[in-house]
Amino acid sequence: MRRATTAVLAAATLLLLSGCAGQAAPASDVPASSAVPGSTEAALEGTVTVFAAASLKATFTELAQEFEAAHPGVTVELSFAGSSDLVTQITEGAPADVFASADEKNMAKLIDAGVVDAAAPVDFATNVLTIAVPPGNPGGVARLADLADPGIATVLCAPQVPCGAAAETLEKAAGVTIPAVSEESSVTDVLGKVTSGEADAGLVYVTDVVAAGDAVEGIDIAESAEAVNTYPIAPVAGAQNPAAARAFVELVTGSAGRDVLAAAGFGAP
Amino acid sequence: MSGSTYGGVPRWVAAVAAVGAAFVVLPLVAMLLRVNWADFVPLITSESSLDALGLSLRTSLASTALCVMLGVPMAVVLARTRFWGQKVLRSLVLLPLVLPPVVGGIALLYTFGRRGLLGQGFEAFGVTIAFSTTAVVLAQTFVALPFLVLSLEGALRTVGTRYEAVGATLGARPTTVLRRITLPLVLPALVSGAVLSFARALGEFGATLTFAGSLQGVTRTLPLEIYLQRETDPDAAVALSLVLVVVAVVVVAVAHRAGEPAGLRLRRRAR
Amino acid sequence: MSFELEATVLERDVSVSLEVGPGETIAVLGPNGSGKSTVLDVIAGLLRPDRGHARLDARRLFDVGGTGRGHWLPPHARGVSMLAQDALLFPHLSVRDNVAFGPRSRGRSRAEAGARAAEWLERVDAAELADRRPAQLSGGQAQRIAVARALAADPALLLLDEPMAALDVSVAPALRRTLRTVLAGRSTIIVTHDVLDAFTLADRVVVLDAGRVVDSGPTAAVLERPRTPFAAGLTGVNLLTGVAEGAAVVLTSDGHRLAVRPVERLRPGSAVAVSLRPAAVSAAREQPPGASGRTTVPGRVTDVEPRGDTVRVRAGTLAADVSPRDAAELDLAPGVTVWFSFAADDATAYPL
Repeated sequence: MRRATTAVLAAATLLLLSGCAGQAAPASDVPASSAVPGSTEAALEGTVTVFAAASLKATFTELAQEFEAAHPGVTVELSFAGSSDLVTQITEGAPADVFASADEKNMAKLIDAGVVDAAAPVDFATNVLTIAVPPGNPGGVARLADLADPGIATVLCAPQVPCGAAAETLEKAAGVTIPAVSEESSVTDVLGKVTSGEADAGLVYVTDVVAAGDAVEGIDIAESAEAVNTYPIAPVAGAQNPAAARAFVELVTGSAGRDVLAAAGFGAP
Repeated sequence: MSGSTYGGVPRWVAAVAAVGAAFVVLPLVAMLLRVNWADFVPLITSESSLDALGLSLRTSLASTALCVMLGVPMAVVLARTRFWGQKVLRSLVLLPLVLPPVVGGIALLYTFGRRGLLGQGFEAFGVTIAFSTTAVVLAQTFVALPFLVLSLEGALRTVGTRYEAVGATLGARPTTVLRRITLPLVLPALVSGAVLSFARALGEFGATLTFAGSLQGVTRTLPLEIYLQRETDPDAAVALSLVLVVVAVVVVAVAHRAGEPAGLRLRRRAR
Repeated sequence: MSFELEATVLERDVSVSLEVGPGETIAVLGPNGSGKSTVLDVIAGLLRPDRGHARLDARRLFDVGGTGRGHWLPPHARGVSMLAQDALLFPHLSVRDNVAFGPRSRGRSRAEAGARAAEWLERVDAAELADRRPAQLSGGQAQRIAVARALAADPALLLLDEPMAALDVSVAPALRRTLRTVLAGRSTIIVTHDVLDAFTLADRVVVLDAGRVVDSGPTAAVLERPRTPFAAGLTGVNLLTGVAEGAAVVLTSDGHRLAVRPVERLRPGSAVAVSLRPAAVSAAREQPPGASGRTTVPGRVTDVEPRGDTVRVRAGTLAADVSPRDAAELDLAPGVTVWFSFAADDATAYPL
């Protein structure tokens, strides 16, 4: 009796632990779906899991709704995080059907890992840096060169993250050295320092300024074309639902996708 | 470890306990397995790593000192006096313990930030806390202070006031009583509380990130460095994580030793 | 050094007034919960009474509950040392530093305080313990050090709260002897349960019951002529109360007529206490023949308690000590009827 209790408890605990480890076995939602790989024009069904860069949150949430409206049988699961986090999760086996990266470098990592076909990625958007300042522009910032003044507290992304790498490129191209007071690990943190007024200026993406609404003002950078960030998207090889994955990628790269992305400030590839 | 000496523990309890222990230990083992030992030393001795480690140790020591300076009086007042609203105050003081650190960071921002409640005043005197090492120390102190207050207040209640009363009737002023009786009696708890505060300060991430920013040598502490390194150099992140784990293990061991009151140990031996 | 106290603590229903003359030692006796420790805490300044005042020589210790803002001297400024049941030596200090604590706290230099500590350790016969830690002392040694510590602070008034209660019976006598020496000529209040402490150490006793002073006076007078069952119980004498009928006759509350020896004039009709040692009472199963000057009282045995070479037989309010042999012959057991008798000379009577 006691031994049985022990075994049951141990098993239950292990199950719990494995349940915590990630999304539960995808097998459990597939049986309901009759989606057979290859039958493209047939009605799509099941779940399609999209891993997308954090900066795509608003646009992809909207696009997912459009997709579900167009394909009533499909549920879109969205997971947003930093591109490199997502790459780590996918290579560790997270069940992604589509990956949308904020830069080409992270997409390349997945190609190297054999998770994405080399020919699969499609560029669907671009983003450029802009100067975000608190409302009223207390630092009186007018152009990129102004940020070289140590009296202006400027926050950048750390060079290790994509927005920081872009900022570094821009600095070199424009011949400006910015004495940053902080180098954040994410663009959200940069924006946070600007909206709270801690910093006089921050280099962020145009889309971030659009999304932030009245909380910040954006000041266009004349040299912004020197550092253009390109967003690639691709279905993941071995996707659970390849048909829906392809359809989702088509939606994002098509005109509907273009409209939503443009409204959010993204440029065309 | 032998089960026979603990005859009273049901086997299923031991089994679940083993699962629990594995749950805690396995991630550490998993991390150890990922350490790139060939490059370990260069990874942890890179300029940015050493800067981060040095900054972490310096700021954690400073915030521990601040915790002791502020926390001892707080614990004494909470344990030894009764006043209206005391329970509410205690809950508020202990709040950082349960608050997500990011929330703490936001709260600090609105207090000490350039446009914050106090920060505006400081700014007028030309003192800027934002993006300075001071901000890191403030963030760490904010999250670490409850550990010291909590362990010290408990110890003060356990020790009771009888020795203090004797001291007072012998002619000692309240300050003398505090210095020569109360504090020596709770010294073990004070030390373990301080060590815990140090450990908490060392691991502080969210509040620092939100409030202080991240700049090498100024505000980028070890946890922030690990978080950033992870973006480009997972090997470095793992190596630095290991350093942090080792420091934490040492700290926990010290706290555990100090946690057993020396006085109790003596008394037990005498009986 | 003289001391005066009048204090009321409503929460504990304690309201007492007492005095200690210069160099006098008074013993405060009373059952558990009668307010003895409360009184000491008030005097030491550890508990604030609702009303009252106290004065130690020319100094006002407190004056509260009256009109105005009141006056309250904190414990450290009172010159009142307290010694409790537990020695409460500071565990982190050596014996020497414990004793030097008082002088140090009152501003003496390290050397002066050390010398004073050495002197007091000498006086309580504990000089050789100076370098020990409190954890390395026996209970008796610790209490001895605590006495030295309390006195080294040079208190104007010393409070002892059952100092012998936690000690083995084997070590209590030595400490009692030490206390008798060091308390001589020193204003002291000692709370105790032990009548021996009262006889050995106190000039006067104060009996507390339910938070009120119910009896006080010179030790011998109070204990030999008790007015309360508690005081009578301390020395183990019988206490009977009643009304004087004549110069040497008392009618007890349960209706017996006693022939007594008055030690003060008894006014007929006034309340009278009669004390009677159990050893002076004899017991019989049959009513003894009447004899002049002897009182005979019947009773039903409630309790038979062997006490070494005697057996105490109790019937209601009266007890007799009989020899074990007599007890066996009389077949005394709870429930049987017994006749107690005693001579008028042994029944001391005094007004209540």
